[in-house]
Amino acid sequence: MAKPTSIPQARNQVGATAPVRSFARRVAAATLGAALLMAAPLRAEDTIKVGLVAALSGQSAKSGEAVTRGLEVAIGEINAAGGVLGKKIELVRRDDESNPAKGVLAARELVQKEKVVAFFGGIDTPVSLAIVPFANQAKVPFISVWAAGTGITRNGAAENYVFRVSAVDQLVDGAMLDYAIKKYKTAKPGLMLINNPWGESNEKGLKDASEAHKLTLAGAEKFDNADVDMVPQLTRLKDAGADTIFLVANVQPAAQVVKSLDRMGWNVPVVSHWGPAGGRFTELGGPSAEKVDMVQTFSFSGKLSPKGEAVLAALKSKYPQISSLADVTPAVGIANAYDAMHMVALAIAKAGTTDGPAVRKGFYDIGSYDGLIKRYNKPFSPENQDALGKDDYIFTHFQGAEIVPVN
Amino acid sequence: MLIVSAIVSGLSLGAMYGLIALGYHVTYAVSSTVNFSQGSAVMLGAVLLYTLWITLGWPLGPAVAATLVLAALFGLVVERLLVRPFAVRGSNAWLMATVAGGIILDNAAMFLFGKEPRSLPSSLATSPIHVFGAGIYPLQLIIPVVGVAMAVGLQILLNRTTRGKRLLAVVQNPTAARLMGIDVTRTIAVSFAASAVLAAVAGMLIAPLFSVSSDMGLVFGIKAFAVAILGGIGSALGVMAAGFVYGLVEALVTSLLGSSYTQILVFSAVIVALALLPNGLFGRAAVKKV
Repeated sequence: MAKPTSIPQARNQVGATAPVRSFARRVAAATLGAALLMAAPLRAEDTIKVGLVAALSGQSAKSGEAVTRGLEVAIGEINAAGGVLGKKIELVRRDDESNPAKGVLAARELVQKEKVVAFFGGIDTPVSLAIVPFANQAKVPFISVWAAGTGITRNGAAENYVFRVSAVDQLVDGAMLDYAIKKYKTAKPGLMLINNPWGESNEKGLKDASEAHKLTLAGAEKFDNADVDMVPQLTRLKDAGADTIFLVANVQPAAQVVKSLDRMGWNVPVVSHWGPAGGRFTELGGPSAEKVDMVQTFSFSGKLSPKGEAVLAALKSKYPQISSLADVTPAVGIANAYDAMHMVALAIAKAGTTDGPAVRKGFYDIGSYDGLIKRYNKPFSPENQDALGKDDYIFTHFQGAEIVPVN
Repeated sequence: MLIVSAIVSGLSLGAMYGLIALGYHVTYAVSSTVNFSQGSAVMLGAVLLYTLWITLGWPLGPAVAATLVLAALFGLVVERLLVRPFAVRGSNAWLMATVAGGIILDNAAMFLFGKEPRSLPSSLATSPIHVFGAGIYPLQLIIPVVGVAMAVGLQILLNRTTRGKRLLAVVQNPTAARLMGIDVTRTIAVSFAASAVLAAVAGMLIAPLFSVSSDMGLVFGIKAFAVAILGGIGSALGVMAAGFVYGLVEALVTSLLGSSYTQILVFSAVIVALALLPNGLFGRAAVKKV
């Protein structure tokens, strides 16, 4: 009989202490709230916040780190020169874990709670595609500095708030095919695509590009992130007469494709989108990974422009862990983010305010900007919100842990 | 050529699935519960071996031994904290608890091991040999051998030895088993340790063919569970055979019909197979003697 009576007693105890606790909580909350209220306007006047939603963990973590470094070096330069509209710029980062749902949540939090003026996106096309409708609805500029999915900037919105300083799948696909035809005399392309929206986006682009060159495909095969063995897919393409493999995937599955080719003993040219650049491709894929040609927008290898030298020096002094060029791999994330941050600052300066619609117009008013990747001239217009085009791509390959231009 | 390479790929993949699925079988046979963090135990095997052998530079032998001991410990912890507290109350919450445990382990591994996938080098997975014209790494031939040996071993242990019969008695009637002097609690705990060890063995064998990362186990764990159910989870040989069937179907569908349809067709086939044969391809309807 002890049990039934003890429960009401316990409840009473809770009931007795509850008001005391909730009063204490209210006091604490009120104090905190007051402190925040006093602090908030001061902070808001202090800085202009920009956001980043990118993969900071998981297999693409290195990409998020590269983007962060590019943004921070640019922000350092902008702030050293007095900031924008007399205020310093501050970066607020959120991890999307390569998960679209988490990316959208993070974007909402950055816009609604952190009140960012603009925010950048990371390597994953599915995440960026999920954020696009929110950015357009919230009227806050969203700048892709890596994800290349065609539909990210070409999203059909009447008032488009999405800009990009990176490759565009549709253009990359054309460039990959042009390159392969020139270098390998490709006549029958075989496609190896990751089974997600990024793979879909490129399947369409590569098919269109092949059609434009009047080439028939040997086939289009898919694989998943966790697939170990791609021999069945590759054997299909080989049997159908493929003479070049076009590869679209991130580093881990791309490495499995290279290992599968090795096992088959099939020595076929592989022209790849830039996915493998995001990780330790040569460690995972073995020596044959060096034979894969990859699209990039920038490389720190070879002779650099004065701007390139300056950014590399800034990176080395800001991040002591950077000792060799292998540590600024992948360079695309750094370079795209660096140029994008500078252009965001220019757009805000042109707008004269941090109001979203005005900043959007500011992007169209940017005249010329001497960037790391190239000299931009009127980089954005309502018809083309992509700052980089087909002629801005370079082809590279891994040499050890470093990415170097082909030839 | 297409068929031969599909069969070679399918059998070696199937052996991996079967080996992991044996872990589900062991705990189910003894306690009618399974450890849904099995995929994470696969990852644990690969990550521990990488850390001890490559990062810390231990010799291979002690690194493997320590990995197996730590995996067994993980199995014991899962049983003690995530299964027993719920199972004794007759609750099925261990199901969710073990899933959660796996997610916690994956995330802990991400912090400790790092975010990037790494490569576990092995001389058994560098130069392929050719079998009927299809290239295959020696390791891919070893995995099926290990898998079948373990399945046969388990079958003999559980059905032919007194100790094994004791284990099975526990699941038939725990109270009666206890009255006969069988330590039920300890028996179940040992089965969870064995299950995690099997997964860790699979993880160590798969790693050189794939890569080592904190999230590598998830998909393997799911596919292996489908295999375990398909094999009629109560029979070790049935589970291993179902692994081969699953791997073969997966590779053949990809080879003959194209990879766009693989997942849809393979998982549909699993559902159809279970609808037609509720006890799995190789299972028998459970007979409970009252």
